[in-house]
Amino acid sequence: MAVLVYTENWNGNFKKLSYELVSYAHSIAKSIGSQVVCLTVGNVSNENLQLLAQYGASKVLVCKNADLEKFTTQSYSSLIAKAAETEKAKVLIFASNASGEALAPRVSVKLSASMVSNAVGVPTSVEPFVVRKKAYSGKAFADVVLDAPVKVLTLTQNAYKVEENPQNLNIEDFQYQVDSADLKMLPSEIIKSDGKLSVSDAEILISGGRGLKGPENWGMVEEMAQILGAGTCCSRPVADLGWRPHYEHVGQTGKVVAPNLYIAIGISGAIQHLAGVNGSKVLVAINKDPEAPFFDSADYGIVGDAFEVIPQLNEAFRKFKAQQ
Amino acid sequence: MKVLICIGHVPDTTSKIKFIENDTKFNTTDIQYIIGPHEELVLTRLLDLRDAGNNMNITAITVGLAETENTLRKVLAMGADDAIRVNAEPTNAFFVAQQIAGVVKNGNYDLVITGKESIDYNSGQVAGMLAELLNFPSINTASKLEIQGEKLIFERETDLGKEVIEGVKPMIVSAGKGFAIEPRIPNMRGIMMSRKKSLAVLEPTQNGANTKIEKFYLPQPKGKCKMVATDNVPELVRLLHEDAKII
Repeated sequence: MAVLVYTENWNGNFKKLSYELVSYAHSIAKSIGSQVVCLTVGNVSNENLQLLAQYGASKVLVCKNADLEKFTTQSYSSLIAKAAETEKAKVLIFASNASGEALAPRVSVKLSASMVSNAVGVPTSVEPFVVRKKAYSGKAFADVVLDAPVKVLTLTQNAYKVEENPQNLNIEDFQYQVDSADLKMLPSEIIKSDGKLSVSDAEILISGGRGLKGPENWGMVEEMAQILGAGTCCSRPVADLGWRPHYEHVGQTGKVVAPNLYIAIGISGAIQHLAGVNGSKVLVAINKDPEAPFFDSADYGIVGDAFEVIPQLNEAFRKFKAQQ
Repeated sequence: MKVLICIGHVPDTTSKIKFIENDTKFNTTDIQYIIGPHEELVLTRLLDLRDAGNNMNITAITVGLAETENTLRKVLAMGADDAIRVNAEPTNAFFVAQQIAGVVKNGNYDLVITGKESIDYNSGQVAGMLAELLNFPSINTASKLEIQGEKLIFERETDLGKEVIEGVKPMIVSAGKGFAIEPRIPNMRGIMMSRKKSLAVLEPTQNGANTKIEKFYLPQPKGKCKMVATDNVPELVRLLHEDAKII
């Protein structure tokens, strides 16, 4: 019996998200008297694998197979289901990211499991098994009962705190033969992004709205992001106008985010935008309209013209960082 | 090419969310229902491709009770060729996937496409479950579709960038933002035509729901926003450091 975590790696590296998953899995494993087994694909150094043990993994299965160098939902979900059967997994944990969201539903059907997406915390009860998830695009939460013997969960990013739970790690080579029927629709081309911090990974997000008047004015947003080590994103009109790429669109129909700090500049705060950001720990609104609805949801606010406020704020952030 | 597009019937994005019956049920009073915004963009792209001369028959499907027919009529008014409603309450994603899988098995579709998630339950599970039930290849959250001759070329965003993937029929795809920018607005002719188009009603085939919602919660209301004056901007940095302890 195990809690199996699909720990994706990015060119052999894990990231904070991976440790959130393992910490979360460890907490569930403790409550059901089980242990955490991770599964990862490809070449990962022993040093990096040991990091998983730091957060609660007792075992990691490493699958090295040339057929898995490129991702297909079929090959990876078959692999994970096989690992789940071998380890007699009762609970499977995935990230709510591009791969986790693609794989978890397929795996859940293979294992006749009950599935919940976008979990925001550990089960509120294990018998019956009840998990809280985001619903109505961030406007509400729902407690969901999972009836089947096997449960599949995807965990919202930045919803669970990374916790140290050092374990002795058992590293195992996981032998797996890929079925060639599972290799349909391999990517024909992989285009690497520019290495900028992704909207979902960023712990601080600087977001710009129509109040910035045009794409040429994003320099000060980028500057703030650079000072704070933050990511950049935007409101829907900004993406629709083509000022910023659509993958930066945050809101109900774009990305739903939950960073530690979200600074909204020139965004009025339409209900659809707020739904996408109200999971953030701290919200800051900067807007020249004192009636902007964002101020009702923000923790801190400045009523003022972005073109005057932001340069001053960047200066203050820079001073603060220099003192740290 | 035969396309089946799965349509969600969801509360308008401006809806205030409230619950009734001891927070176990969504309060539908005063709620306007719309076509799922992701599906609306996907359909817009399909219609644009069809209008550009690609041979395509577009069937829309939803799993829902009679009130969802208004939403399907809007889809027909936008330009879908015909529609199917599976007459059942969509209790969870697996149940919905089972119903649609039944229709796909009898329908010879080349492409079955969904929005990336519904904006009410936000599960994003139907496409993957459907793909597994049918043993079709699948792509999740595609952000672009082009047709080159007989080939369907998709793009999908990943954590490292994006992938270009050529479709292999029959396939399941979930998609959203990026397929189109603005949804197509039905014109008067489309609205007139939609009344004559076929909207078949099928009864549900299986019932395999294995999750259920026990209770809903609204987020904790925020405290009052602390305002910082424009002549004292550095105060915000101090507050974020000392008060919120976030930087």
